[in-house]
Amino acid sequence: MSLILSEQLAPLISAKQLTCIREDRILFEQLSLTICAGDIIQVEGPNGAGKTSLLRILAGLSQPFEGEVYFQDQAITHCRELFHQNLLYLGHLPGVKGEMSAIENLTFNLALHGLETDQVEDDLAQVNLLGFEDSLASHLSAGQHRRIALARLLNTKAPIWILDEPFTAIDKQGVQNLEQLFLDHAEQGGCVILTTHQDLTLAAKRMKKISLTYRLY
Amino acid sequence: MTNLAQQHLSYRAAFALVVKRDLTIALRHKDDIINPLLFFIIVVTLFPLGIGPEANTLSRIAPGIIWVAALLATLLSLDRLFKSDHADGSLEQMLLSPHPIFILVLAKIVAHWLITGLPLIIIAPLLAVLLHLHEQSYAALMLTLLLGTPVLSLLGAIGVALTVGIKKGGVLLSLLVLPLYIPVLIFATSAIDTAALSLPYSGQLAIIAALFFGSLTLAPFAVGAALKVSTN
Repeated sequence: MSLILSEQLAPLISAKQLTCIREDRILFEQLSLTICAGDIIQVEGPNGAGKTSLLRILAGLSQPFEGEVYFQDQAITHCRELFHQNLLYLGHLPGVKGEMSAIENLTFNLALHGLETDQVEDDLAQVNLLGFEDSLASHLSAGQHRRIALARLLNTKAPIWILDEPFTAIDKQGVQNLEQLFLDHAEQGGCVILTTHQDLTLAAKRMKKISLTYRLY
Repeated sequence: MTNLAQQHLSYRAAFALVVKRDLTIALRHKDDIINPLLFFIIVVTLFPLGIGPEANTLSRIAPGIIWVAALLATLLSLDRLFKSDHADGSLEQMLLSPHPIFILVLAKIVAHWLITGLPLIIIAPLLAVLLHLHEQSYAALMLTLLLGTPVLSLLGAIGVALTVGIKKGGVLLSLLVLPLYIPVLIFATSAIDTAALSLPYSGQLAIIAALFFGSLTLAPFAVGAALKVSTN
């Protein structure tokens, strides 16, 4: 299984011969991919096919059984700090603390990644959390938690976005705004790798797909 | 070629950021501070009730009671160190931050000690009065607690980091961590006993200090590696 997604540009992130095994089951093997600036990639497949595992391996959170992930032709295990400065990963869990307010959560998350924190109020307003800045996150809904996490997208300089189910609990208008954000990011030379089960409107134009199939053995 | 982000990172700022966040959370979620402290107070006050108010017996066993109670109170509070961060996904974000993991881990451990260790040290002399601790032992008690409780937090963090991915890791955590606590317990109580006889106890104190500096320098790296394995 091998796919090359675009050849005209130097790859931002690439993977060679990835094999992932979970609970004695091979999720995928010999998976190679190259992702360049401007790519929007949707990883699709049924539940349990290994979408999240692939994303976690690309982000460097999990180790593949075999193979290696490269950031600009450098193995990510050898350039951790540089890679993480250029990566924005949002997992299943939004990473929002119930004991802190929306604004404190966003400020901490930005500062943790070494980013400016002077525009946090505008960012929260842009994700429709105007008026909720000082509410404790435990009083907010699941969709609003997700929005706090996604507000980081507005402020980051990282070109590589890896997003695991970013649309979970987000309303229709929010999904449209996010899709536009992804398009703008790709135009500006970034890349987006995401998983979702929703049909996206930008699919036809820009989106490339990686399909994982469920394997029994 | 796209413009890559590369900014200057300050270790001190990252350290202060995480300590401040953990303290904010603990102050809003007061259980984290009150539970171990209350446990410590209850255990120590139960002993005179169970054994009887005889001053000689109590002052003989006081160092052991205070130290065992402090040790168990710390163990009780360890779970909070990484578990909630793991449950809501903030731990992943910390591992993915460009800052070195050991700085963030050290900050979390320092915050944990400020939340659980420091209140124990402040309340300990009051409880020592209750147990008729020898007058000349107070300095030794405070010094051993001051040097010893950070060791408990540092070593405990390794155990928590190893068990954070496991659903019911409580028993495993005790089995992993308690044996590591034994040297601290032995030398701390021995120092307090020696002080009661008006003998110099600097030897025991030096060993606890060695344990402190050893774990301060090595534990954050071990915790970082363990967290990577646990979130794999």
